[in-house]
Amino acid sequence: MASAVRELTPREASAHPAPEAVVVRFAGDSGDGMQLTGGQFTLSTALAGNDLATFPDFPAEIRAPQGTTFGVSAFQINFGSTAIETAGDEPDVLIAMNPAALKTNVGSLKAGGLIIADEGEFGARNLAKAGYEVNPLTDDSLSKWQVMAFNISQLTMDAVKPFGLGNKEALRCKNMWTLGLALWMFDRDRAPLIQWLKEKFAKNPVLADANIAALNAGHAYGETAEIGGVGLGNARLQQHHIAPAPAEPGLYRTITGAESISLGLVAGAQLAGLKMFFGGYPITPASAILHHLSRLKEFGITTFQAEDEIAAIASAIGASYAGQLGVTSSSGPGIALKGEALGLAIMTELPLVVVNSQRGGPSTGLPTKTEQSDLYQAVYGRNGDAPMPVIAARSPADAFDCAIEAVRIATQFMTPVMLLTDGYIANAAEPWKVPDMSGYEPFPVRFLDHVPEGGFKPYGRDEKLARPWVKPGTPGLIHRIGGIEKQVDTGHIDYSPANHQAMTDIRRAKVEGVANYVPDQTVELGNESGKLVVVGWGSTFGPIHQAVRRARARGHDVSHVHIRHIWPLPRNLGDLLGSYEKILVPEMNTGQLKTVLRDQYLVDARPLNKVSGQPFRIAEIEAAIESALA
Amino acid sequence: MNDMTPITTTPKDWETDQEVRWCPGCGDYAILKAVQRTMPELGVRPENTVFVSGIGCSSRFPYYMETYGFHTIHGRAPAIATGVKLANPELDVWIITGDGDALSIGGNHTMHLLRRNLDCQILLFNNEIYGLTKGQYSPTSRVGTRSPSTPFGSVDRPASPCSFALGSGARFVARGIDTHKNLPAVLKAAHAHKGASFVEIYQNCIVYNDDVFAPFTEKKAAPENQIWLENGKPILFAGGTKGLCLDRTDLKLHVVDVVDGDWEAAGVIVHDETNHGVAQMLIDFGPGEGGPVALGVIYNHPRPTFDRAVVEQNNAASSGKAADLQKLIGKGQTWQVEKEPHVI
Repeated sequence: MASAVRELTPREASAHPAPEAVVVRFAGDSGDGMQLTGGQFTLSTALAGNDLATFPDFPAEIRAPQGTTFGVSAFQINFGSTAIETAGDEPDVLIAMNPAALKTNVGSLKAGGLIIADEGEFGARNLAKAGYEVNPLTDDSLSKWQVMAFNISQLTMDAVKPFGLGNKEALRCKNMWTLGLALWMFDRDRAPLIQWLKEKFAKNPVLADANIAALNAGHAYGETAEIGGVGLGNARLQQHHIAPAPAEPGLYRTITGAESISLGLVAGAQLAGLKMFFGGYPITPASAILHHLSRLKEFGITTFQAEDEIAAIASAIGASYAGQLGVTSSSGPGIALKGEALGLAIMTELPLVVVNSQRGGPSTGLPTKTEQSDLYQAVYGRNGDAPMPVIAARSPADAFDCAIEAVRIATQFMTPVMLLTDGYIANAAEPWKVPDMSGYEPFPVRFLDHVPEGGFKPYGRDEKLARPWVKPGTPGLIHRIGGIEKQVDTGHIDYSPANHQAMTDIRRAKVEGVANYVPDQTVELGNESGKLVVVGWGSTFGPIHQAVRRARARGHDVSHVHIRHIWPLPRNLGDLLGSYEKILVPEMNTGQLKTVLRDQYLVDARPLNKVSGQPFRIAEIEAAIESALA
Repeated sequence: MNDMTPITTTPKDWETDQEVRWCPGCGDYAILKAVQRTMPELGVRPENTVFVSGIGCSSRFPYYMETYGFHTIHGRAPAIATGVKLANPELDVWIITGDGDALSIGGNHTMHLLRRNLDCQILLFNNEIYGLTKGQYSPTSRVGTRSPSTPFGSVDRPASPCSFALGSGARFVARGIDTHKNLPAVLKAAHAHKGASFVEIYQNCIVYNDDVFAPFTEKKAAPENQIWLENGKPILFAGGTKGLCLDRTDLKLHVVDVVDGDWEAAGVIVHDETNHGVAQMLIDFGPGEGGPVALGVIYNHPRPTFDRAVVEQNNAASSGKAADLQKLIGKGQTWQVEKEPHVI
């Protein structure tokens, strides 16, 4: 994505022939190992030097009944020789491991695209479970696509026969056979995969050998079977080599949002010179952060799986009070439970980072699907006037810097900060150029450890309006804090009218003042004024950016502005938005940022909304740009 | 913490300049005094002491202690205290809570703090009523309690705080009475126990639930109705004229008369504070059943604390590993891009 790979110049973007990109979608039963297959294919794609973006799309059920449509798990990858911003609108290739996978995924396949199906799974039982009356592989229903059906199940069984596995175990190697075929299709090196299988099954060499045999067999099938003549879009399939994408020199790795946030939090704590305390409670799709951090104890991290969401944030507040960096993470329903404690952190002015990996809502909603519908919750969702800075990450790689930024603001301003990501960012992978940490400016925390001149004021203020951070255990600075309104300076309980007015004003001014310490809003693509600006936040970055690029290539006057600092908004944003004739705000909600922009700047921001649990397609945003400019 | 000079403080050193705002005659005053009298005897420093409370009358307590203090939100004091203690295990952490705070809205946190065995003292002021919200019945109110929310009397059965604690895995369970002279001794024992020390304190709410504990706290009733337990000593009360024995046929505790101090002949049992089964019987023995109330340290059977286990695991898992951030972020399957980006 943009953060990893050099941006194309407009000349490059419109150059012919267009750089190649291919979208492949692996779809199968939850138990078929499609996420694993996709993940390994991603790695081989990255190692081949292509830029890429992925979209893991899996059911909430851990093991839904086999063969059913709601048990289908899919993994989509878009890769190419140029900058890739999204997981792709329409797949060029669909690999369907059973009828249900075909049924639920074929609709989005590009016309003329390629279907590879395991005909061994297209028996009467599975067809019935997927709701097919007639086998779609044998009637004309798939005629707008190219179909290659072969018995992957049988071919896998044959390949692993020498290893004496049971039927069930043998069939588990199907995904490796399929991966082998995919590796052949795109001219990939098998060696790293073979090495990975050896490590994964180090304790069971027979399984390692069987999986390697299946991988090799799939690859050999591509080489020897007569499947030439089948096309992939306009190109011929036979062997399809996608050239490496242009990239800045340096060390790269693939990274998911959950990994990136975890590493960013570790980096932020180091830059602040703090130990970290992470209080978490398992919730999809946020748990991965708890898992990652639990393994990093040597970085001064204590992780605590609390009894509930409230205890998770409360313990983090307790740890911040005691002088560590308190962090908690959850998804919408869990953030709702944390609301009262967030108010406590605001009232007691303690630093805290709260990560919200948004998912479809309300209530339990769509636990494994993506949405951006917690913006109101983040900005407004507490009792009382309870302002709190909010930051949103645009991509897995961007989440690293956003996490550092959240720690910086939390510790410099003595405030809780909410970092918004979403299910898409948390699970999707992209290449990431590993940054040189020496390039990051440290922001060390200075605890107050002595009585300052003029006496100690627990609610005294520095130039950022931050109060002093005092660790219990410090002699001479004994004081008490709590959720009851505090007296200006002393922090004693004070219900008096003038004091509440003053404290409410201070809390508001402090958070508004964060805007003086964040970069001005820049324009991602296009001019600083013009006919139309498309304003986005969070994980819609990819499709918005591509849609604006394409529209500009067709000569339209359209720009892309992407907001990281959701609250407070950058100081220049109002003026910037005012310099465009029209404002379009695509969001995966019913118009939340749109409302905030209208409220803050009295501008005619128009919404483009999608709440299907699926990311935007580039084409959807392109169409909205066309109609806005029509 | 390695400074071995004895720490001398007086009760005055533990008092703040804040005006105490409980109702005149509230049992909380007596508890505050008892705590302030106990602290000098513990040999601890005020700045190393943290009082964490939830919401309710009792939870105003930290404002009146000259220590670090955190008046948090309703029911969550145990969770906040867990973060404080894990972040700095050197701190001496006290939790002040009430029957509503600890057993209703915060019941979940209380349970998990006890089962984890976080090293802290948890003082539950039980007045069997919601005082701060003006007198509704609480999870410890007896059946039939008339209150603004139960004008015809409450119909749900009360929770037993000590039974809840024992059932949650507490390793130290004790009872005290707000105005009783023995309270400092109970607090001292709670502090001496390493781990979560749970103390239920019967506290009289003079406004909304006055004299609810009078049947056993009143001066005249006390000897016949209070059993002060001492580890290794026979369980005697009423000036040594009565005791508890364990009936081997029904496996229950019974009150027996002790003649001429010969408790052995009467079959009175010796209190073993590590006996979980008898602890449960002693807890169940008193209130509501009409019998005398077991007070003092009912159960004291330490085991390793949660905070120590966390620190030990953190140390063991970190041992020999450098905290090299640059190395960490460059981990996994990586690749090197050597060439400059090509120009079209």
